[in-house]
Amino acid sequence: MNNIFSQLDLAFWITFIAASVRTAVPILLAALGEIFAERSGVVNINLEGQMLFGAFVGFIVTYITGNLLIGTIVGATAGMLLALLFGWVCISKLANQIVAGITLNILALGITSYFFRIIFGVTTKLPHVATYQNIKIPLLNQIPILGEILFNNNIIVYLTIFIIVISNIIIFRTTFGLKLRSVGEYPRAAETMGVNVKKMRYIAVGICGLLAGLGGAFISVGILGGFMENITQGRGFIALAIVIFGKWNPYKALGAALIFGGAEALQVRMQVIGIQIPYQFMLIIPYLLTAIVLIITGRKAIAPAASGIPYEREKL
Amino acid sequence: MSHNYSLSMKNITKKFGDFTANENVNLDVEKGEIHGILGENGAGKSTLMNVLYGLYKQTEGDVYINEEKVQIDGPLDAIAKGIGMIHQHFMLISAFSVSENIALGLKSQKEPFIDMVEIKRRIKEVAEENNLTVDPDAMISDLSVGQQQQVEILKALYRGGEILILDEPTGVLTPQESEKLFATLKMIAKKGHSIIFISHKLDEVLEICDKVTILRRGKNVGVVSTENISKKELAGLMVGREVTLSIEKEDIKPGKLVLDVSNLTVKGSTVASSLKSISFSAREGEIIGIAGVDGNGQRELVEAIAGLNKVISGTIKVNGEDITNKSAKEILKRKIALIPESRKVVGSVCQFNLVDNMILRQLYDKKFNCWGVIKYKEANIYTDEIIEEYDIRTAGKSICAAQLSGGNLQKLILGREIHLDPNLLLAMHPTRGLDVGAIEFVHEKLLEQRKAGKTIVYVSTELEEVMGLSDRIIVLYNGKITGIVDQLEASRELLGRMMAGEYIDDIKEASL
Repeated sequence: MNNIFSQLDLAFWITFIAASVRTAVPILLAALGEIFAERSGVVNINLEGQMLFGAFVGFIVTYITGNLLIGTIVGATAGMLLALLFGWVCISKLANQIVAGITLNILALGITSYFFRIIFGVTTKLPHVATYQNIKIPLLNQIPILGEILFNNNIIVYLTIFIIVISNIIIFRTTFGLKLRSVGEYPRAAETMGVNVKKMRYIAVGICGLLAGLGGAFISVGILGGFMENITQGRGFIALAIVIFGKWNPYKALGAALIFGGAEALQVRMQVIGIQIPYQFMLIIPYLLTAIVLIITGRKAIAPAASGIPYEREKL
Repeated sequence: MSHNYSLSMKNITKKFGDFTANENVNLDVEKGEIHGILGENGAGKSTLMNVLYGLYKQTEGDVYINEEKVQIDGPLDAIAKGIGMIHQHFMLISAFSVSENIALGLKSQKEPFIDMVEIKRRIKEVAEENNLTVDPDAMISDLSVGQQQQVEILKALYRGGEILILDEPTGVLTPQESEKLFATLKMIAKKGHSIIFISHKLDEVLEICDKVTILRRGKNVGVVSTENISKKELAGLMVGREVTLSIEKEDIKPGKLVLDVSNLTVKGSTVASSLKSISFSAREGEIIGIAGVDGNGQRELVEAIAGLNKVISGTIKVNGEDITNKSAKEILKRKIALIPESRKVVGSVCQFNLVDNMILRQLYDKKFNCWGVIKYKEANIYTDEIIEEYDIRTAGKSICAAQLSGGNLQKLILGREIHLDPNLLLAMHPTRGLDVGAIEFVHEKLLEQRKAGKTIVYVSTELEEVMGLSDRIIVLYNGKITGIVDQLEASRELLGRMMAGEYIDDIKEASL
């Protein structure tokens, strides 16, 4: 035991928190997207599939072009395209959002796994690409502890922080945000005020897919530099939980995502440190935490009133 | 044409598939006029207005604004053309503040940001001009129904509405709030706005409108001036035959105590609808009316007695037996019948045929149940009897309940429940949405039950009906009883004040 505690020095904590941030980023990006979708009244359960698409396409394009930026952008766009397909099924065709979401998740898993094998064959030697380099922000990265945690990261991490701030402004301060929230609360009322409900929902779902795809690409080309089947491992679903835990608010979602990032980073470290618990139990931690948090906060959370309900115009 | 119509709708037809909701309907409204549109439920009033507001597209016909033919492509376009609509169910987002609701859909001076300062300034300005009391910072969910309606009116005026449409605006108001609304409308009309007032209530239309267009089954049946027409003539036009408007009731001496509710506390869907320690009783041969604005605990009360809602504290006794928190089945066995608020959701299973619906409540009865197998032969005979007795107009007993009209479905439920030979009959809004003929029928049957010595708890928001039928009237406000009055004591004014939260003792004291 003594041995274990002796490892918990300052350096440990710094790398632990830095790892928490890194792990939180993809979940947070997806959660931010989901906030847009749910605020507009669409529960995008297809989040996982959109992340997976982003991860896969991001990796393939980077592998082929050798250009990380192009890979990331195309990956995010792939997430958006899947989201728009989901949107078409749910918004225009009025399908049940849960069923459509789950179906498309299975589709995304199948497609990405299939094409990955087609392209690279069944191999134990996984193909790799270079990942984003960390950018040290001058001066700020000199701040003790914080500098290492916050200002020595790759571009997507900085971008994520920017997206949080911007999302909050868009949702709560702009006329666009007002329309977005109104279609998620009471679409009929919004329509009588001249808001195009379906258009708003498509835009929101599109943004959601873009961010989820970016989050997925961050996993494959931002952290790992590789791809494997089901690389997202349910992070899309954790993001759904974070949205509830974060009460559909970008800043609160940041807090929530950090807790989950922390849990993930912790379980990795607990394995490394050599605590005598089978590692499978460690793997459970983030998911267990998700379940517990949902049980505690789920009842009290007040979702947008019309979230999950398809909107039909001429209904007698 | 010498008239200067601010709005004309000519030969409007609107079809939904095979169903024609409006057929060649005409409507002309002058500037500064309050124009009523009168018709029963399903007469096509709301459809016509939704066409005008651009929510529906007419199948045929034209709309003219200020004598100019226009094409209205959606609500935004309607607003731009000066049409403002105050819907029956308010189009307000309860999670938003008043100013956010007003700002929704408007271009801002500071795009892409919302210009809250300007919005609030204008709200105050418009409110003052029109004598409305509206707090821009209040959350909609914190406002009373009357206040929310003021926000709706302000919203329409804010957007430069010249023609205001009010769809059944008094349905959810207390009489006092209605009076205030009427005063506001008269003032707005005086300023040159045209107001279209949609209603099925004759008194109101006569009180506030200059002219009335009457619709029946989607068609125009006339345009009359309210100056020279009586209530009865108007009712005749609306229904299409002669009607009696008064309720005649025999004197009956109440018998022994049947229902005894004491200190009943029930958690409702909202704080206002949660019952807070209420007590009352009812006797044989008595109709107890429960009045109050919707959502003040009426549903919770009825559901608690019927075993559909959990009682937190207090007791409910029927014929001396404590039935508090017994299961709905146990309560049904004690012959407590229920005509629920919603015919289609609670009162019947829409997809089932009439026979199945008829015996739904008696599935455990040996009469229809032989070792778990339904005795359809008996059930069919039983159904035929009730169809005959209650004059249910149907294409047969094998059609599904959803195909019945509202009135006929209600007759089915009424017949089913009365045939249980109940000790206590709970009737919740039994006449809501029915046409005048069906209302008469329901009243007749309830009075028959009263005569047979049954006890009836009658919940309604229609004050005229409650006052006409009940022996005693209980007013619920915010989950509490603000007073119990005898039929003879009851007046619209008194009940209205109690519905707004004044206690009867305070009212009496003040008038001494």
